[in-house]
Amino acid sequence: MRKTSERSTDSPVTVAGCPRSTDSPGTGPEFQHSTDSPGTEAGSPRSIIGPVTGAGCPRGESYFIQEITDPRRTLASSVLVTGGELPLCSVRLTEPVPIARIPDVMKEIRKMKVEAPLESGTVLIRDVLGLGSNVIATKTIRRIKDTQ
Amino acid sequence: MKQEIQDLDVLIIGGGPAGLAAALRLRQNGIENILIAEREKQPGGILRQCIHDGFGLTRFREMLSGPEYAERFIREAEALKIPILTNASVTEITPDRIATVVARDGLRTYRARAIILAMGCRERTRGALAIPGSRPAGVFTAGVAQAYINLYNRMPAREVVILGSGDIGMIMARRLTLEGAHVQAVFEIQPYPSGLTRNIRQCLDDFGIPLHLSHTVTKVHGERRVTGVTVQEVGDGFRPIPGTEQFYPCDTLILSVGLIPENELSLGAGVKLDPHTRGPIVNERFETSVPGIFAAGNVLHVHDLADYVSLEAEELADAVTDYVTGKDLPDCSVSVTCDKNINHVIPQTVSLRESVNLSLRVNRPLTDVKVAAVQGGDVIAKKTLKKALPAEMISLHVPKDRILPGKELEVRIL
Ligand SMILES: Cc1cc2nc3c(=O)[nH]c(=O)nc-3n(C[C@H](O)[C@H](O)[C@H](O)COP(=O)(O)OP(=O)(O)OC[C@H]3O[C@@H](n4cnc5c(N)ncnc54)[C@H](O)[C@@H]3O)c2cc1C
Repeated sequence: MRKTSERSTDSPVTVAGCPRSTDSPGTGPEFQHSTDSPGTEAGSPRSIIGPVTGAGCPRGESYFIQEITDPRRTLASSVLVTGGELPLCSVRLTEPVPIARIPDVMKEIRKMKVEAPLESGTVLIRDVLGLGSNVIATKTIRRIKDTQ
Repeated sequence: MKQEIQDLDVLIIGGGPAGLAAALRLRQNGIENILIAEREKQPGGILRQCIHDGFGLTRFREMLSGPEYAERFIREAEALKIPILTNASVTEITPDRIATVVARDGLRTYRARAIILAMGCRERTRGALAIPGSRPAGVFTAGVAQAYINLYNRMPAREVVILGSGDIGMIMARRLTLEGAHVQAVFEIQPYPSGLTRNIRQCLDDFGIPLHLSHTVTKVHGERRVTGVTVQEVGDGFRPIPGTEQFYPCDTLILSVGLIPENELSLGAGVKLDPHTRGPIVNERFETSVPGIFAAGNVLHVHDLADYVSLEAEELADAVTDYVTGKDLPDCSVSVTCDKNINHVIPQTVSLRESVNLSLRVNRPLTDVKVAAVQGGDVIAKKTLKKALPAEMISLHVPKDRILPGKELEVRIL
């Protein structure tokens, strides 16, 4: 069967998954490896990759370097709520964390149980696993008796 | 029992991002006597269950989750004391804008000077696809699976196959995986994915879930619960190729095969539909074929981003303001046509007297193209795109001073 998730690494490389540029929806960033342009500081991710050209939006270049050297993701899930008008409260990370740590963060989130009422934006776990990202509530949940 | 009729300036049907944004803008424009009717317990629309982030980048320059994006509008609506009647289903609207609403306290009847349709869309189901086989439990649309997991705390699946590469399906592939299910693969009948690239990357590639294009499910197996599906490669005309059958054991088949605007109420009022968007035909003021009935958001055409839904609803609200304040408005009698590369264009009719924002989608992936608005051979507005994908809406602004009155308006790919 054909697998489309495989992508060729020949240049030019199209990096998928960049949030779309807001002024020109429909264009994704495209990047080209090239070796003949002036280099940058040795040892930095930037110098390993070489100059990046053809980004389709302002965030393209930094996104590409991040994605090659240290891919990070945010995470959304939910936690159990007691005494609330809903059984669950949705949560998310405030900052992306290394992809490899997503399962660990998921475990931390699963352990949580919170009591209603709960305001959207409330920090539920500060600096989760020391990764520099908070788990916050993304829904306001009222207590059951307040809604009756 | 004779119903007492309450008069409104504007009745808004649906409290999702479209209905909320329209209500806020109307109030800001000074239209006081408005009401949002929402059939769910809470406003927010489909966003209440879209807990992933990816909302608000255009509007707020922030990555918000669906519930947070919705709450920003709900808070503003509360601050402006906009009445939102929840647990209230609109069951009928008439061409003279009388609406019947089933609310907690019984039937209510409203007569509105304008009605805004903001009912969102529905998911296509297995019935719409006509997949042969038995009818066991375990076949869900992606949105239903999403509601089970994100709203009701129910895990509907263990071994999963997903049919269709729509965004909701891919988002659910990730969500199910994070919650401990095993997603074997996503199959897409088209030769290209139907969802956004960012979702292929972050929801499938990250978790090693393969996406197989030009494949479809040709049989569902199982008596009480799904026990597996047969998948086949498709050739010309999407016909399954004999000999390519593969059996995938699973307990759940998730369908992410498209969304269709919610049309029951619109049809009842005599609103004419566009066969391509499958939503109402509208003019540049978002007014349907029935005067005084307007539409925006997913009920009009399926959007890729909620941010664009809000924007569209605000544009609509400005037009509704003009309508209810009795402003003299130009006749919209010129049809907007499009070439064979374009699936649809909104609005379908224009006056050629005002600036207009055209929203369109191409019907296959294209690279290095110009999308142009053309009048009698003259290009009056254009936009250059490195990539144009069916998954992404394209908008094209046509400024008033470029429009040539009296000449047909066509949208073309150059
Ligand atoms: C699963 C999923 C994932 C998505 N992911 C993203 C994303 O990552 N980023 C992004 O920007 N966008 C995303 N979108 C798109 C975005 O959520 C939608 O475009 C947007 O919610 C549409 O808004 P709407 O107001 O038109 O419709 P909806 O949000 O569907 O709201 C319609 C409302 O009308 C109510 N209603 C319907 N009929 C009646 C009736 N007869 N009487 C009373 N009330 C009625 C419904 O209950 C509902 O609350 C996603 C959509 C889905 C479904």
